[in-house]
Amino acid sequence: MQEHDLSFVRVEMALAQSAPPSERGLGAWIRKNLIASTGDTILTIIGIVLVAMILPQVINWAFISAQWTGTDRTVCATVAQGGIQPDGWSGACWAFVNAKFGQFMFGRYPIDERWRPILVAILFVALLVPLLIPKVPRKGLNAILLFGALPVVAFILLVGGIFGLPLVETSLWGGLLVTLSLSFVGIAVSLPVGIVLALGRRSKMPIVKMLCIIFIETVRGIPLITVLFFASVMLPLFLPAGVSFDKFLRALIGVSLFAAAYMAEVIRGGLQAIPRGQYEGADSLGLGYWQKMGLIVMPQALKLVIPGIVNTFIGMFKDTSLVIVISMFDLLGVVKQNFSDANWATAQTARSGLVFAAFVFWLFCFGMSRYSMFTERRLDTGHKR
Amino acid sequence: MASQEILREEPSRGSFINDPKIRGIFFQAVVVIVLVALVWWIAQNVIANLTRLRIASGFGFLNSRAGFDISESAIAYSSDSTYGRAILVGFLNTVIVAVAGIITATLIGFIIGIGRLSHNWLIRKICTVYVEVFRNIPPLLVIFFWYSGVLAVLPPPRESINLPFNSFLNQRGFYFPRAVWGDGSWLILVALLLGIAMAWFVARKARQRQMATGQQFPVFWTSTALIIGLPVLAYALSGFPLSFDYPKQSTFNLTGGFQVRPEFLSLYLALSCYTAAFIAEIVRAGIRGVNKGQTEAAAALGLRAGPILRLVVIPQAMRIVIPPLTSQYLNLTKNSSLAIAIGYPDLTAIAGTVLNQTGQAVEGVVIMMAVYLALSLLTSAIMNVVNAKMALVER
Amino acid sequence: MKHIAIGILGAAALGLVASAASAATLDDVKAKGFIQCGVSTGLAGFSAPDDKGDWQGIDADFCRAVAAAVFGDGTKVKFTPLSAKERFTALQSGEVDILSRNTTWTINRDTALGLNFVGVTYYDGQGFMINAKKLPGVNSALQLSGAAVCVQSGTTTELNLADYFKSNKMEYNPVVFEKLEEVNAAYDAGRCDVYTTDQSGLYGIRLTLGSPADHVVLPEIISKEPLGPAVRQGDDQWYHIVKWTYFALLQAEELGITKANVEEMKTSDNPEIKRVLGQEPDTKIGTDLGVSNDWVVNIVKAVGNYGEMFERNVGSGSPLKIARGINALWTKGGLQYAPPIR
Repeated sequence: MQEHDLSFVRVEMALAQSAPPSERGLGAWIRKNLIASTGDTILTIIGIVLVAMILPQVINWAFISAQWTGTDRTVCATVAQGGIQPDGWSGACWAFVNAKFGQFMFGRYPIDERWRPILVAILFVALLVPLLIPKVPRKGLNAILLFGALPVVAFILLVGGIFGLPLVETSLWGGLLVTLSLSFVGIAVSLPVGIVLALGRRSKMPIVKMLCIIFIETVRGIPLITVLFFASVMLPLFLPAGVSFDKFLRALIGVSLFAAAYMAEVIRGGLQAIPRGQYEGADSLGLGYWQKMGLIVMPQALKLVIPGIVNTFIGMFKDTSLVIVISMFDLLGVVKQNFSDANWATAQTARSGLVFAAFVFWLFCFGMSRYSMFTERRLDTGHKR
Repeated sequence: MASQEILREEPSRGSFINDPKIRGIFFQAVVVIVLVALVWWIAQNVIANLTRLRIASGFGFLNSRAGFDISESAIAYSSDSTYGRAILVGFLNTVIVAVAGIITATLIGFIIGIGRLSHNWLIRKICTVYVEVFRNIPPLLVIFFWYSGVLAVLPPPRESINLPFNSFLNQRGFYFPRAVWGDGSWLILVALLLGIAMAWFVARKARQRQMATGQQFPVFWTSTALIIGLPVLAYALSGFPLSFDYPKQSTFNLTGGFQVRPEFLSLYLALSCYTAAFIAEIVRAGIRGVNKGQTEAAAALGLRAGPILRLVVIPQAMRIVIPPLTSQYLNLTKNSSLAIAIGYPDLTAIAGTVLNQTGQAVEGVVIMMAVYLALSLLTSAIMNVVNAKMALVER
Repeated sequence: MKHIAIGILGAAALGLVASAASAATLDDVKAKGFIQCGVSTGLAGFSAPDDKGDWQGIDADFCRAVAAAVFGDGTKVKFTPLSAKERFTALQSGEVDILSRNTTWTINRDTALGLNFVGVTYYDGQGFMINAKKLPGVNSALQLSGAAVCVQSGTTTELNLADYFKSNKMEYNPVVFEKLEEVNAAYDAGRCDVYTTDQSGLYGIRLTLGSPADHVVLPEIISKEPLGPAVRQGDDQWYHIVKWTYFALLQAEELGITKANVEEMKTSDNPEIKRVLGQEPDTKIGTDLGVSNDWVVNIVKAVGNYGEMFERNVGSGSPLKIARGINALWTKGGLQYAPPIR
């Protein structure tokens, strides 16, 4: 094969050359990402038109023309509507949100007592943040404090009636306070109940299995509104005369059971994904059922389904807004309730209030979903499937 | 699946207390007893409460006169109709909004989902923003948003926006001419059915021919011609029996024509937008779940980008997409119950009204639950059939 | 492990379970120390929370009057806001002791829903309100054919509306909402031409609209809406206490006993006043009823007489400025009439 005499063999490495100008810089990026083909160019143009139509209007409405301070409707109404703004003005009425901020956060919780929910919120953040940061030690103690001690302290602080704290009835609660307490308790209850239901559904005991399936499938088949209706109009008839539940508690039970059924299905998915060898391995070590589940199967299964669990949490957080239909006032409910305040009745009030509520919900849900992605990546240490 | 955890143990030699089988039976017996006791206790309480308060019970009320009107009804309904019929109207309204929402959400969802995988940076970002915004706010808020938005933007009825084809848009909804079918219009329907049947037949024959000989037949164009052409021909033959009822201005509102109310519009748009964000994520996951080798192999065979997506990627992605898609459809159906917040007369709203007019709380809630459960099971069943068709057929 | 879960839930539940009324409501009320009163979620003049969260209005004051009769203290009331849908179950199940929530007295509610209405604290009728600025020239409900009508669902109003348009052979387009706030918002946004509810309510709602002066209430009254408090069936003693609290309010007005002069009136020479205020020696009127003998004094001290209650909440002393009309005493040509307290 070596008939040709190779006159030149390069022995040293060729120096890397920089990419040609056509592949570099902004121009190339635009060419690759925006106008790669005719179709692409058309799409880009449509996209630009879309953004150009929406974005300036949104920015103008939310920031430039928005009214940030004021005491009543005049700052947010045009002259024709009896206000001070020029005709054709359209901007967010953040002054409304500003004036009602206390209500949006606490509902009709007495003003003198609002330090109590604030204190609970501070405690909650102080316990939650270290739990979320992987590097901080003593996770076990932290979790016990958050899920064991905090609910008790929060209950005493928020409801009161002992230790000289005046009683604040749950009918006075409202706003973000209701949203957060409903979701916190819902999360804390639905996870263990969901685990029990998931184990029940995979149990070898036929009756337990059947009951779990009936419960899970029934709850998943009906809307939350129906569950809440059930809790608010039917539950009272189920109890003997003279016993009645607090409305808040009824909503809590409804939301928690609802979330538990969804949680059970997510966890079941995790359990099914654990290879049979793990179960058999645990059995061969002589572990009992609860040891096997608690030490071997559950930790792996839960790790697998973290995204699903967080999605259920997010769903439940959003679902708490439905308690409005049983005349409880969560964040969205309070915001809506305040639209009927004649002092603030303007064309912009409803929109501003809803955007504010949407922003708060979005912040929490987006935060949760980002944190779950972070955890997923961090825990993804094992064998890739 | 459940058998995974079965322990294959030797028959126990120790005390029977340690026998898992006996313990299992004992434990189940306890559960059953507790449950039966609970149900019995509840039933006792309900009966005691109802008799003590002298509340009528039973489903007899369904046959009494309802006495209230419903704004939107797919079937004939007046205040003289029965409560049972009112609930039926609500059920149909739920089905209508759910079906319309499912179709639109699927369309938007697929577009956005594919857009998130686009090579085009701008399109990708727009789609991402869409998904992240709608996924993270409660559906109820989306509904309020549309409703207050729709009402705030549109003009009062006297200043309706004129649209082409004698359509109008105002605060009371969207009005367009209603088709009035004259004598002989049944011919058109027959022609349409015939067209569909023939198109199906042609498609089958064409596939057989392609399998046998490799020759292709322009199925799409022939079918289109059959499905559109035959009814048009029938329309001409039967002497143009179609006329239109145009919306007209009257004292308060537009009368005549077909009216799509803002309640329906907002609910439908909100449910579609909200669910589309989730469907987009499912579609994206589905497409990314298709092995890259498949795309490359298809490209190596000389297929262009369009056919690759249509013939290779999507059919495989569908297998991953359908199960979660089913649960999104179910969610949409269930979320349609949020109609109650903006006054669209769906099942929940009407059953609630009936419950309130008659005071029959137990029966009302039972009906609501049963209907939603039935709807869910039906949707699941349909999607299971589709799933079975789509599933990988291994040779 | 299911029962453990149930046990946990049950334990959590016990924390908030409150014992309410059983057969003897009075004993229960006395044991817990307050009356649980079901009110609306906010209707100006009848029951609506003020800026401080205190409930104001005729319906709220009526509950205070009952509390004054039972405890001698009008503040021993707790209010539960209820939607139209929840109100009857809440009373039936014992969640509230009195339903004082602008509820219309009908035979169906007395017989099939297990309620007992105690009387009519406000004689109302259903009316219509329109935006006169947008609809000039409409001055009668009979001109409303073809209109879109906003109405709250699950009320007698909704039924009367259907009957009225049907009997007058008119068409209409119902726009139905669950909650009063939603109806208000939709009407204010122009979703419908007409708002229909009890006329008193229309005056109250008009105040909360963007520009109240644009809206007029049409003259027609299309129904009888006797609004009154209700209690559960099967507890005659409690029924009597609530019923006679209402009559005592009327009697006090008839005799000229007011919040201001009730102390002086105690020493009045008029035997009827003395009897009503429990100042006769050896009187047993109050104790027979199950309350103290100076119950009427307590009631009037807490909320005034019926006339004062009316003027303060819906009449000249309120933004609603509704005239007494048929709600005047029988002696002044109205319908409010109390059987004698003797």
